[in-house]
Amino acid sequence: MPNASASGAKLEVRGLHLWRGERHLLRNVSFAVEPGELLQVAGPNGVGKTSLLRCAAGLLPVESGEIFWRHQPIAAQRDTYHSELAYLAHVNALKVDLTARENLLFGVGIRRSVTSEEIDQALARVEIPHCRDLPVRSLSAGQKRRVAIARILLTRPALWILDEPITNLDVGGIALFERCMATHLEEGGMILTAAHQSLLAGRSGVRTLELH
Amino acid sequence: MQPGVGSLMGLVLARDLRLAFRHWDQVIQPLVFFVIVTTLFPLAISPSLDELRGIAPGIVWVAAMLASLLALESLFRPDVDDGTMEQWTLSGQPLSLMLLAKTLAHWLLAGLPLVIMAPLVGYALGMPESAWPVLVGSLALGTGCLSVLGGIGAALTVSVRRGSVLLALLVLPLEMPILIFGARAVDLAMHGESATGPLNLLAAMLLLFISLGPVAMAAAMRISVES
Amino acid sequence: MWLWFYQLASPPHAYRLLGLWRPWLLWPAIALMVIGVYGGLVMAPADYQQKDAFRIIYVHVPSASLSLMVYVMMAVAAAIGLIWRMKLAHAVAASCAPLGAWFTVLALVTGSIWGKPMWGTWWEWDPRLTSELILLFLYLGYMALRASFDDIQRADRASAILAIVGVVNVPIVKYSVEWWNSLHQGPSISVTSKSAIAGSMVWPLLVLLLAFVLYFGAILCNRVRGEILLRERNTAWLAESSLKS
Repeated sequence: MPNASASGAKLEVRGLHLWRGERHLLRNVSFAVEPGELLQVAGPNGVGKTSLLRCAAGLLPVESGEIFWRHQPIAAQRDTYHSELAYLAHVNALKVDLTARENLLFGVGIRRSVTSEEIDQALARVEIPHCRDLPVRSLSAGQKRRVAIARILLTRPALWILDEPITNLDVGGIALFERCMATHLEEGGMILTAAHQSLLAGRSGVRTLELH
Repeated sequence: MQPGVGSLMGLVLARDLRLAFRHWDQVIQPLVFFVIVTTLFPLAISPSLDELRGIAPGIVWVAAMLASLLALESLFRPDVDDGTMEQWTLSGQPLSLMLLAKTLAHWLLAGLPLVIMAPLVGYALGMPESAWPVLVGSLALGTGCLSVLGGIGAALTVSVRRGSVLLALLVLPLEMPILIFGARAVDLAMHGESATGPLNLLAAMLLLFISLGPVAMAAAMRISVES
Repeated sequence: MWLWFYQLASPPHAYRLLGLWRPWLLWPAIALMVIGVYGGLVMAPADYQQKDAFRIIYVHVPSASLSLMVYVMMAVAAAIGLIWRMKLAHAVAASCAPLGAWFTVLALVTGSIWGKPMWGTWWEWDPRLTSELILLFLYLGYMALRASFDDIQRADRASAILAIVGVVNVPIVKYSVEWWNSLHQGPSISVTSKSAIAGSMVWPLLVLLLAFVLYFGAILCNRVRGEILLRERNTAWLAESSLKS
């Protein structure tokens, strides 16, 4: 993974405040994620986990506070930052009328050239090779999630920002996804995630940020 | 390795066309709407071709404008709803060019069929054959303008509840000059006069909109995917 | 210069400054309005073709000028807000829209009142009135878009894009409508026949135009202050200043 091993990569959030309408949602949130680290954002529903992740991904403009990638503000280098980032939201961003293979071809293709063999390998890695030519409409919720995970694996970014990544995954799927995450961390990748249950608990480099 | 600008736009175009071919029923809806609206006028006004002939350019153009407006609803909404657009804004690629490619696909599917169908509709309204080239030319340029301007409106309203009425409210006033030049060009051609003036103006507007519109579309889309 | 710019952009400072400016705009506006109305209705002679009907230009022309000027100002403010992320500029743009829309309505109403004795009908598809009507639609679209967002920051930025697209389109609208009308030689109203412009007819018009501009400035100060209150309602400076007073 060439991107992930790039040196000096670091995500840093300093003094972030966020208002949603009348509510002061995030108050002075600061953290940093360095290569090989996973930061898990925890807290009850409605505390602003998704908003925090969206700010960190550069989807939500920041009113007060700063976000740095490689020691530069992300606003000043949006496209570079985004090319090193994968964001997985609640929705899978899959077209239900296209097959799993077509979805990956277009979804990954806009970011980098991808071959059919690579797509086959990625689908094998998320253990749904048989779904390759099925329209995504006919897949189960867990299988759709796996296609979305395959997209991240194929995009090969340094930073993964994952919002409730294991939703709809079965026990086997969660174990598989944890293996993918562990590999990513070993290769010097970074993960920022919000999840209700802790992922990769006990592993070194895994921390939790509690929001109140 | 990141794809170049050409292959990026080609990819978006290919994807949209492929999606459209899997839902032919939705693609032909604006065309059917166009034909139905033009049928309303003879019913409402008069079956006499002599009476219809005078207002035929207006009928065809208003119907084309409304059909284009109707089709805008499906330009960005499916991609925004399923999260695809969010992934595009986070791709590190020029969003404006991707949206331009989407608009081009949209025009091929919703604009071009109207252009091809227009002489038939014009004939049914008593338009002389001599006016057909100008009718087709003005619609080809004009529906392009409508797609880009409409695309800006669609990008602005895509995250809004009940956005389709709002979309019409925003886009129709902006599109009025296109209607004026388009319908008048056909009118001039029907009277045997030269229509190159308005056609040139339409072409100039199309160039202006294509060069500036995608930037506005991308800026609007980034705001829309925030929610 | 830059320091001044930044100070102006800070909401508490702007709020105070706009409050100071308001009376300096409002009172001259009222004074000029009285002078202009007296000059226009009493001192100016009746037009030899239009008789006293022409006197409505003293309301129509300033309203029509302001309707367009305010739209351009709104778009410029919106662009500044979008590019330099200046909240105050967005507040100005937001305040301009309803004012500009009212000037447009005023121009349309006075135009059609003028049309009644001139054309014998309340509405004629005159190029100037038609452009005013399209301008009104543009204002309505802008306000409708603003109103459809719950979040004020998103409303600001989305409507700013629309205002910029609109202002690029305004000259096209203007030109297309004039061209459209030139094909069909219809009636057109002109201020007065060119040869008959007397100085005593023109000066009240200029005075009233200035009065309208000043009046707009005063009301704008008021509205921008309101917008600042709305945007800053949770901040410390506002809580402090409201405790003091």
